[in-house]
Amino acid sequence: MSHLTPERRQRCERLIALYPQKRSALIPLCHIAQEQDGYLSEPAMIEIAAMVGVTPAEVQGTATFYDMLHTEPVGTYVVGVCTNIACLLAGGDDLLAHAESSLGVRAGGTTDDGVFTLEETECLADCDVAPCVQVNHRYVRTTTPDALDGLLAELREGGRADEIPTHGNLIRVQRTTGLVADPEAIAAERAAKREEAGA
Amino acid sequence: MSLTDAPRIVTARAGFDDSHSIDRFLATGGFDGLRKALTLSPTQVCEQVDTASLLGRGGAGFPAGRKWSMLRKADVSYLVINGDESEPATFKDHLLVEKEPHQLIEGVVIAAYALQVSQAFIFLRGEFALGLERVQTAVNDAYAAGALGQNIFGSGFSLDIVVHPGAGAYICGEETSLLESLEGKRGFPRIKPPFFPAAIGLYGEPTVVNNVETVSNLPWIVLNGGEAFAALGEGRSTGTRLFALSGHVRNPAVYELEMVKHTFRDLIFAPTLGGGIPSGTGVKAIIPGGVSAPWFYEEHLDLPLGQDEVAEAGSMLGSGSIVVMDETTCMVKAAWRITRFFSRESCGQCTPCREGSGWLERILFRLENGQGRREDLDLLLDLCDNIAPGLTWPPQQTTICVLGPSIPSSIHSSISRFRDEFLAHITQGRCPHA
Ligand SMILES: Cc1cc2nc3c(=O)[nH]c(=O)nc-3n(C[C@H](O)[C@H](O)[C@H](O)COP(=O)(O)O)c2cc1C
Ligand code: SF4
Ligand code: FES
Repeated sequence: MSHLTPERRQRCERLIALYPQKRSALIPLCHIAQEQDGYLSEPAMIEIAAMVGVTPAEVQGTATFYDMLHTEPVGTYVVGVCTNIACLLAGGDDLLAHAESSLGVRAGGTTDDGVFTLEETECLADCDVAPCVQVNHRYVRTTTPDALDGLLAELREGGRADEIPTHGNLIRVQRTTGLVADPEAIAAERAAKREEAGA
Repeated sequence: MSLTDAPRIVTARAGFDDSHSIDRFLATGGFDGLRKALTLSPTQVCEQVDTASLLGRGGAGFPAGRKWSMLRKADVSYLVINGDESEPATFKDHLLVEKEPHQLIEGVVIAAYALQVSQAFIFLRGEFALGLERVQTAVNDAYAAGALGQNIFGSGFSLDIVVHPGAGAYICGEETSLLESLEGKRGFPRIKPPFFPAAIGLYGEPTVVNNVETVSNLPWIVLNGGEAFAALGEGRSTGTRLFALSGHVRNPAVYELEMVKHTFRDLIFAPTLGGGIPSGTGVKAIIPGGVSAPWFYEEHLDLPLGQDEVAEAGSMLGSGSIVVMDETTCMVKAAWRITRFFSRESCGQCTPCREGSGWLERILFRLENGQGRREDLDLLLDLCDNIAPGLTWPPQQTTICVLGPSIPSSIHSSISRFRDEFLAHITQGRCPHA
């Protein structure tokens, strides 16, 4: 029995076919697994390993290198507050402290109801709207404590679902074609040209 | 807005709400540069880029034309676009991927044609959820328009582009780490030599890695000619450049400015640019090119924003991001936060970087919190010297990549200039700014 839904498995297979080597699809596949489970679960890692031809330990070993791949469950909404230099100058650490008290968890923690995980992040490349906050990797541009509280309340009630899908939903636009250029034909053509030039 | 009448090269459409749509793109000269490129030979396109003196916009500032000419000739080679953009305070590629995604695709196809590669990858940091969707849409649109795929615009040239999401790791911006990550592995930088991407890159094949902004310039360069690009700016720093301005300024934003023709003062204080410092105090320090760069101060304000000009003054233009810190800023806290970033993002392969960054971070933390000792200042500098012997700029390298040797910049800068402020933390037993 496959852990990933048939539709997701099909998307995984299509992604794998885009790369000269299967293993390159490992991280994109982890994102798809997070989309289904909200985090990177063990059965998903086992399945991804089989699909890209590595051991489950290699999937885990790779995934744990990356901040966005969570091998433990996280909240429906992962709220990231940046405290790196530009945001620090705009009071990012105060905003983070406010978020901690609003949610009743320290950075890194998840609320008891499983709705929110709070994270302190490094620079999110949106330093002109500081301090920068992302929810599930969408820029929400709430730079004040009040605006942040308002957003958290809205999310708790299921608001803004279109704009901010639940955690794990990263890229909702699917690629419309497979590969169409034929690298082997092109390589052969190039080799022939070179031979011609050499001859 | 630029203080010279230079054209906007990479953000011409960014003012439109629908700048990311294919309709807006096509209505504003979209693919004209590509169509022209396909009438030239690949060598001619390379020549235009050489003439333009297009310097890489990712951080190192290496001339794109020269990089391309170094690509080892092989049956299979790749083009990889670096959109990892994680250098703190850098947010220019963010703008390009969200607002000008088709221009990026057009630039990638032009570069691929010049290099004669048949597959390109666009690596975007995973936190760019919207950017990933917009660039994937632009790729889909380009296939549908015949600008990607088999026999592009009837030229006989074929190319596939794959949009690849990262998963959150600063180090993946380093080009060999990026290639490891693209191969589905942990982002461990490779040792150069031998692993220069142009010789041994993705899957061991020759690979060109270029930044998002670098290739976004190509449609304009091909359309208007390398000479027109080289006529802007001065010396080696030609064309325009995106400057990401943040920190203590009224109007933090990305500004496209003609190279060299503007100074730090213009960027920070001109009413149509940064607009000055809101607190009304002066400039205490400026970080001129990402947090890896040594700091500048008030006396550097009249320095032109050009690659060589900034390098000669002892720092780097790097990723084009400029952070302004006004006189209310605690320099110990700033240095601590930057160092904590490096210690979190060190990939851990090299001892000086992995251990050094952690030690430095902890010492700076205790200093900031009033628990420091007088010996700590020498200890910090000694540790920095272990990572980058001699504390020179550019730094000596003891490690696999230059993340390690970048760690001392903010510490060396802040202690050299603001030693009294460090001492005040020690004597007062607390942060004087808190
Ligand atoms: C630690 C580190 C992080 C880097 N991050 C980035 C990045 O986020 N984006 C980027 O384009 N280049 C980054 N670079 C520079 C790349 O290694 C590479 O020089 C660049 O992508 C080449 O493109 P260019 O020649 O077009 O500038 C980084 C380098 C280092 C050492
Ligand atoms: S210098 Fe640091 S980041 Fe670079 S390879 Fe070594 S440990 Fe990794
Ligand atoms: S420093 Fe916070 S988003 Fe860049």
